[in-house]
Amino acid sequence: MSKPIAGGSNGAAGLEVALPHPRAVGPQIRGRILENERLLAFALLSPTVLLLGMFIAYPFVMGVWLSLSSTSVGNIGEFVGAKNFVKAWNDSIFRTAFQNTFVYTFWATIFKLSLGMWLALLLNRSFRGKRIVRASMLLPFIVPTVLSTFAWRWMFDPTFSVLNWLLYKSGFIVTKLPFLSDGTYGLWCAITVNTWRGMPFFAITLLAGLQTINPDLHEAASLDGANGWQRFWNVTWPLLKPVTLVVVVFSVIQTFSDFQLIYVLTGGGPANATHLLATYAYQIGVATGLLGEGAAISLFMLPVLFVVVWLQLRYLRRLEGA
Amino acid sequence: MDRRGFLKSTGVAGILAAGRAPAFAQGTKLHLLRWVDFVPAGDQMLRQQLLPEAGKALGVEVQLETINANDLQPRITAAIQSGSGADIIMTLHNWPHLYKSACVDVTDVAEGIAKDQGGFYAQAEQAVKDGKQYLAVPFGVNGLLIAYRKSWFKEAGADTPPKTLDEYRQLGTRLKKKGHPVGQTLGHTFGDAPAWSYPMLWNFGAAERDRQGRTKLDSKETVESVKWMTAFWKDACDEGGFAWDDTNNNRAFLAGEISATLNGASIYIAAKRQQDKIKDEHGEPMWRDIDHFAIPAGPAGTWGYHIPFAHMVMKYSKNQKPAKDLLKWLGAKEQFAKWFEVMDGFSAGSTKYWERNPLWGRLDDAMKLYRTAAQASRIIGWEGAPDAKASEAYSKYIITDMYAKAAQGQAAPDAVKWATSELQKIYG
Repeated sequence: MSKPIAGGSNGAAGLEVALPHPRAVGPQIRGRILENERLLAFALLSPTVLLLGMFIAYPFVMGVWLSLSSTSVGNIGEFVGAKNFVKAWNDSIFRTAFQNTFVYTFWATIFKLSLGMWLALLLNRSFRGKRIVRASMLLPFIVPTVLSTFAWRWMFDPTFSVLNWLLYKSGFIVTKLPFLSDGTYGLWCAITVNTWRGMPFFAITLLAGLQTINPDLHEAASLDGANGWQRFWNVTWPLLKPVTLVVVVFSVIQTFSDFQLIYVLTGGGPANATHLLATYAYQIGVATGLLGEGAAISLFMLPVLFVVVWLQLRYLRRLEGA
Repeated sequence: MDRRGFLKSTGVAGILAAGRAPAFAQGTKLHLLRWVDFVPAGDQMLRQQLLPEAGKALGVEVQLETINANDLQPRITAAIQSGSGADIIMTLHNWPHLYKSACVDVTDVAEGIAKDQGGFYAQAEQAVKDGKQYLAVPFGVNGLLIAYRKSWFKEAGADTPPKTLDEYRQLGTRLKKKGHPVGQTLGHTFGDAPAWSYPMLWNFGAAERDRQGRTKLDSKETVESVKWMTAFWKDACDEGGFAWDDTNNNRAFLAGEISATLNGASIYIAAKRQQDKIKDEHGEPMWRDIDHFAIPAGPAGTWGYHIPFAHMVMKYSKNQKPAKDLLKWLGAKEQFAKWFEVMDGFSAGSTKYWERNPLWGRLDDAMKLYRTAAQASRIIGWEGAPDAKASEAYSKYIITDMYAKAAQGQAAPDAVKWATSELQKIYG
C-alpha cells in the first residue's frame, strides 16, 4: 500500500512506499508476542494444561461418565443415572469397605503422626551416627510398596509366619494368631504395615519443620522454667502445626485411596472383610468387568476427600492469618 | 473324522504339503498370554519347543507371556478396554461368556478339534460355547482331587479314603487332633476355592440358580451344606485357609503341615520331581506316601468341579487369522500330545480321546484317578447356564464367601441369606 506525499526530489510529489524489511519484521513480531503477557502466559501454561487435561481431567471425566453408565467390559453401555451409586450403597460389601476405609485411614494417620513426631524429636537431637540413622529411617518409604508388602505378607503367612513362630517359641502364644485369616486381625495388620511404611514421611517432614525452629525460643522457655512437655506444647507444637497439617492432608489423601497395600496383603479377604473402597472398586470394575459400578464405588471417595482437604486447608489459612 | 481329514479341514495339511509357511505378512508376531503353569515343564514345552515349531509351520513369531492366574482377569479387562494387548488369551472356568463381545468366533477351529477327538467334555464345551458359537477353543481340563498322606490317614484309622462327607469330617477331626489338619482355601483365589465350594452345594442337592436362570440358593439343602462346611472347618481344617491362595495349600502339604487338600495333580508331580528335597518326617521321599480321592459323597451325590481351560482370540487383534491357525495347530493331536505328556496328568485334555493316551499307563497308580476325573464335573452356574451372569457371580466369590462367612462365625441361615441377596442382584 502506498500514498502520495509532498517533498519529493525536485519538487515532485513523492511516494511513501512500504518496503519489506525481512530482517527487522520477524523480531518485531516476536518481540510483540513476547511482550504480550496474555500470549506469553498462554504459551507457557499450555503444555501443563495439556498434560493435566490428558492425565487428570480426561480420566476424571471418563470416570464420572462410566459411573453414570452401565458400561461393562467390551460393552459401551448406556446412561443409567445414579443407579450404580444406589446399588453400591445398598451393597453390604461396599458398606464394609466404606467403613474399613475410614477405620484404616483414621488409625494409620494417628499412628503415623504420633510415631513420626516421636521419631522426628529423637532425630532432632545430636548423637553419634545421626546421619546413618536418618538415612536408614527412610528405607521403608523408599522400597516399592509392593515389594515391602510381600515381605510383610510372608511374615503374616497363615502357615509359615515367622512372627507366629517367634511368639510361639517365646512362650507368648500357644496357637497361631490368625494374622491374615481373620478380618479384624487382617485390617490391623494392614494398618501396621501402612504405619511402618508411611511413618518415615511424617518423621522426615516434621524433622525439617523442627529444624526451622529457632533454638533461642527453647532456651528462653527453659530460662522461664518450662519443662520438656511445656516446651513442646507451647513452643514446638504451635510452630510445627502448619507443617503437620500439610503432612496430615497428604497422608489422609494417600491412605484413604490406598490400593497396593491391601491388594497385595489380603486381596480384600477373608470374605471381603478387609476391602477398602479402592480395592473393592478394582474387584468390581476390573476383575469382574463391571466398569460402571466400579467407577461409582471409586467416586464415593471424592466427596469425602474433598471435605477433608477443604477443612484442613481452611484451618491452615486461618493459622497463617493469625 | 480321521486325523487326515482333520488336518485337511484345518489347513495344516496344506501347510505341511507345501513345505513352507503360509503367506502371512512378513514379521507377523503373535502374543499369547497364559498363566504361570503349576507344572513348569508345560510352560517350558510351549516356550522352547511347541511355539518355535508353530512359528516355523505357520510363518509367524509367537511370543509367550506368563502371569499369575489371579491377574488374568484384570489383564483381560484392561486389554479389551484399551483395544490392545495379547492376540490370544488363556481363560479359566466360563470366563469367555463374560468377554463374549470381545472374542472372535472360533467355531470352525473348536468344531474341528471336537470332531477329530470325539467331542469335548460337557463342562469344557459349556465353558466356551454360546448357543452355536464357540467363544474360545478348549485347551484341557484340570482335574481336582483330594491329595492325602496315606500313613497319616492310616494312623487316624482310615485304611481307605472316606466315602462320604460325614466320614471325611470324622476322619479330619481325628487328624487335626493329631496335629495333621486338612488344609483348604476359602479365600479369593481362582481355582481351589471355587473347586471346593461349588461342589459342596451340588453334593447336598443345592444350586445357585434354577434352570431358568433365577436364584435358587436359599434352600434347606444350602443351609445343610453350610452347616457341614462350618463344622468341618472348625473340627478338621487349618483355619488359616481363609487367607490362602492357590499356592498355599501346595506349600503347606509339601512342608508336612497338612494331611489332605483338594488340588490339581501338581502336589504329587512336584513331590516326585523333587524327591531328593521333598521328604516326609522319616526322611523318605514324600511322593510315596501321597494318594488321591474324589470329593466324598454328600446326600445328593459326588460331584466335583474340574476346571476347564481355553484360549480366546481377541477381536482387537490385527492377527486374528494367524491366531486361529495357531490354536488349530496347538489343538491338533500331534502337537497337543507333546504338551499333554509333559503335564504328567495335571491336564486331563478337553476330550475323552486323551483318556486313552499311553501316558496314563506309565503314570503311578496314585495318578490314575485323574484320567477320568473330568467326567464327574458340573460347571459354575449349574443348574442354570454357565453364562456371563454365572461368571460374574464367580468373579465376586459369592459362593465361596458364603461358606467363609459361616465358618468365621455367622449363622448358617444368615450366610445363605446374604449370598442369596447378592446372587439376586445378578440373576434376579
